[in-house]
This record gives sequence, C-alpha cells and structure tokens, in this order.
Amino acid sequence: MNVSLDWRNIAVIVVLAVLVALPLYVAVTGDRFMLTLFTRIIILALAAMSLNLILGYGGMMSLGHAAYLGIGGYAVGILAHDGITSGFVQWPIVIAVSALFALVVGSMCLRTRGVYFIMLTLAFAQMAYYIVAGLARYGGDDGLTIYKRSQFAGLIDLSNKVQFYYLCLAFLFGGLYLSRRLINSRFGMVIQGSRSNDRRMQAIGFPTFRYRLAGFVIAGTMCGLAGALLANHTEFVSPAMMYWTRSVDLMVMVILGGMGSLFGPLFGAIALLVFEEALSQVTEYWQIILGPLLLLVVLFARGGIAGLLTSGRHG
Amino acid sequence: MAEALLRIEGLTKHFGGVVASDGISLAVPPGELHALIGPNGAGKTTLIGQLSGEIVPDAGRIRFEGRDITALPIYRRSALGLARSFQITSLFLDFTVLDNVALAVQAHDGHSFRFWRDAREETRLREPARAALARVGLADRSDVVVANLSHGEHRQLEIAMALATSPRMLLLDEPMAGMGPEESARMVKTLGELKQELTILLIEHDMEAVFALADRISVMVYGRVIASDFPDKIRANAEVRQAYLGERETAGGHA
Ligand SMILES: Nc1ncnc2c1ncn2[C@@H]1O[C@H](COP(=O)(O)OP(=O)(O)OP(=O)(O)O)[C@@H](O)[C@H]1O
Ligand SMILES: [Mg+2]
Repeated sequence: MNVSLDWRNIAVIVVLAVLVALPLYVAVTGDRFMLTLFTRIIILALAAMSLNLILGYGGMMSLGHAAYLGIGGYAVGILAHDGITSGFVQWPIVIAVSALFALVVGSMCLRTRGVYFIMLTLAFAQMAYYIVAGLARYGGDDGLTIYKRSQFAGLIDLSNKVQFYYLCLAFLFGGLYLSRRLINSRFGMVIQGSRSNDRRMQAIGFPTFRYRLAGFVIAGTMCGLAGALLANHTEFVSPAMMYWTRSVDLMVMVILGGMGSLFGPLFGAIALLVFEEALSQVTEYWQIILGPLLLLVVLFARGGIAGLLTSGRHG
Repeated sequence: MAEALLRIEGLTKHFGGVVASDGISLAVPPGELHALIGPNGAGKTTLIGQLSGEIVPDAGRIRFEGRDITALPIYRRSALGLARSFQITSLFLDFTVLDNVALAVQAHDGHSFRFWRDAREETRLREPARAALARVGLADRSDVVVANLSHGEHRQLEIAMALATSPRMLLLDEPMAGMGPEESARMVKTLGELKQELTILLIEHDMEAVFALADRISVMVYGRVIASDFPDKIRANAEVRQAYLGERETAGGHA
C-alpha cells in the first residue's frame, strides 16, 4: 500500500484512531451518550459504505437502500420475538434474506437506467415498507421491541455497550478492507467500467448485467448486516427505519463524504450525524440548514469531504 | 470465392420512416480489408451496430465463420472475435489509458467474478494491454487519464481497445474522423500493418486512405449497397461517381 501523508490520509488515521479510542474517553468522562452516538454513526457508516459500492463505484443510483436496514433489522426482531435469539441462526438468515431481496429487486431494476432505476428501487423499498407495516403480529406500524440482543454463546456479549461498540467497529473495518479489495479486483474494474461507459463494456465483451447484479446483491447484504447491528443497538425495529427518507439519508452521507471514495461514507456519516446532533440542540429546523449545505457540496465540491481533503486526484 | 468470414444477407432496418439498411447483402472473405463508403446518413454506422449486436435488425441474417450470429448478444459476438470501434469516441474517460485497454483484455480472459486480487497488478492483463498500446503508438501514454488525451490519441485508443480483445475481425467506424494529416498518415500505417493479420471492415470518408488500404470497396447510399468491387472498378463506376465520389471531391474533408 502506498501511503503518503496528504490531508486525507491524516484525516483517515485521526478518525480511525478516535474511533478506536472512544470507549476510553467514555470510561474516563462517563459520557455514555457519546458511545451511543458513535455506535450509531459506525453502523450507518457501514450502511453508507455498502451504498457507495453501487452508487459511487457502480453508478447505480438506488433510492431504496434503507430497505436492507429494515430487512436486516426485522429478521433479527422477528426471530427474537419468536424466541430465536441465537446470533448464529439470526445472522445467517439476515444475510440470506437481504441477499435474496437484493437479487429480486436488482434483477428487475438493473434492466432500467437513470430515472427509471431510481423510481423502481424506490418503489420496491416502499413495498417492503408497507409489507412490514402490515405485519400486525410483529407490531405493524408501531414497530417491535427486541427484548434480547443476539446471543453468541457467550463469545461476545452484545448487551455490553463497549463490546457491542467494538463489534460494530470490527464490522466497519472489515467492510472497509473488503471494499478495498473488491474495488481493485477484476470484479471492481467491471463495476466501475460499467459506471463509466456500459456501452463500451458490452462492446469489448462483458455481459455487464450479471456483474452489476452481483454488486447490487453484495451491497444489499452488507447493508442487511448493518440493519442487524442497528436493531441490536436500538433494541427496537419499526417500518420507519426503511422509509424512503432514510434511503435519502444514506445517499446524503455518501454524497457529502465523497462518492466513489473508500472512506467517504465514513466521513459523510460522521459529518451528517454529528451535524444533526449539534444543530438539533440549537434548532428543530436543522434540516433547513442542511439542505443548502448539501447544495453547496454538490455544486462546488463534487468529491465531497474526501475530495476536499485531497489535493489532486485520488488513487 | 473462399468461404466468407462475414456474410450478411438481406439485412434490413427501419427507423420510423427512414430505411437505414435496405436489404444489405455483403460477404467479406478472411484476410480482406473491405472498405465501406457512402455519404452522411447512408447507414454505415447502423450496419456496424447490427453486426456488433447493439441494433437488432428487422430482417436478414448475419453469419460469422459460417455461424448465424443474428440473435447473439453483444458480448458473445465479441467472444467470437468480432470487435468494433466507435465513430464517436467511446472510452472510459475517468480511467487511465492502460486501465482502458486492460479492461478489454480482461473481458477475454475468463469470467470476472474475481474479488480479491488487485487487477492492476496482474501482468497477464497489463502486458497484452501494453502490447496493444504499442501497436497504435500510445505506449508512452499508458498512465495518462483518458479525459486528458488529445482527440487524435482518443482515436488511436479506440483501435487499441478493439485490438486488445484479440479479434478475428475489426469493424472500424471512421477511425480517422477529425484527425490532422500527420495523425491520419500514422493511422493509415497502423491499419496497413493490422491488415496483414486481421480481416477488417473499414468505414472511412478519407478517400485517399480508402484507396490506399482497401482490397475491395462497397458503396452505400440510402441504406443500399449500390456497388461492391475492386478499388479501380469502383473508381470507374459511373453510378458511384455520380452518387458519391464527385460530390465528395467538391465537398472536401469530413468533420
Ligand atoms: N437510433 C436511431 N434512431 C432513428 N434514426 C436513426 C438512428 N440511428 C440512425 N438513424 C438514421 O439512420 C440513417 C443512417 O444513419 P447512420 O448513422 O447509420 O449513417 P452513417 O452512414 O453512419 O452516416 P455518417 O457518415 O454521418 O456517420 C440516418 O438517416 C440516421 O438519421
Ligand atoms: Mg456513421
């Protein structure tokens, strides 16, 4: 790996160090709120990172990505509700269900492009939303409380806030590493080539659809896992977590942080959630400030935060 | 005549009221450089689109190596050895030159469900890509981001991309469009070399280049092939002169 000390690398190192050391700070100050906030940030960063794989690298503008948060979350919630609390059962089911949903949605949506793709992914996500809201047995509109977090046979205790925090962080680091390998692999080149010029990709001999679909499924599965973490974090799932505005939030994190940049979604998640937290203390109309800010990013800083931190081209 | 590598029979394509291909029949034997000329809007690019699989014909058959490929998807035709270049440059602008060509190599090196190894460190992709770049004279530009290349270099890269798929036949759509005289001369030289080992269907408005390179020439007007013959016969053909050559001599170069 070729690490030079430009601003972005410094920022990455500082951010990762802060994330690793945060529980120490919490232990010293007793500021439990920070732990809760940053657990949430890390989980949503993982979700945003999965979206970045298809949106940033693959050019697939999915407006239904929060559906996977909900699907992963509900898989945990429903199983827990019915007495199955073992993580060794729950989590493979989370993976299977979110992968399957992504496969079905992707195989239909990826036949379209542009606005149609956006609208179709949105439509599928809203469908999932209404299905879940209609599950009267599992709380319907009101959602479902999870009384017991996923059990891992005593290997790790998810109810311990610090252990859970580090589990989420491990997922984030794992996700970052996997994304890095993926992006630079042959598969990653195909996904990016297809974003850049799908017509040429086909002309030189790639059946691009199947690779895009695989990317879509990988991203959906990763986000499903983030959903399982989120459900364990909040100990509650509700249809609201997969409402389309949540998908927009994820998209905002990606765009704010820097599309097609490995660490962009992490920067974006931190920026958005800290910003949201700070401003919501001052005014309940914080979104009115966020809107124009995003506009500025889109207009003047295409690469988002990651782009601002780099002088010259990223690599 | 020997068995044709590419055989087109009665190919027809309508766009609304426009007949872009009007029952085109054409056979290109292996090793031939076959030039396709005709005025703007004659339907040359539409023909290439149907050969490469992007455009579905209304009627007619396309055979490649004796095999009916009329219904094959684009990537399968590429796998069989048919490679096209684009009249309007179509590249991966945000990739480097070498990455562009390496992708074309990768497309023909098994499936790409490979998630782990760094593709940029695979010599079996990079070396053939460098070789293709060397053939078109872009070897020293490998690490430049494509968006920063000149127009002429884009045209050279177009050819390198097609070459890197190790094709049996090249379909070149106006490779010299918009090139200056020096660049054109270079391209004629490159095509002259490629002609030794590949079958080529060449669309080109530059008559000097066409008559220098072509073994045979077909002339298209309004979707129809009005003549298909050796260069000197084409030059002497009255109908062709009237429909096309005379007109172009006064019209000058093509943008
Ligand atoms: N996708 C399309 N939809 C509608 N009409 C089209 C389409 N593509 C081509 N045409 C029409 O078909 C005819 C043939 O176009 P084509 O691009 O094949 O010509 P050409 O011989 O390549 O011309 P040029 O020398 O300008 O490149 C033209 O009248 C064109 O307007
Ligand atoms: Mg044309």
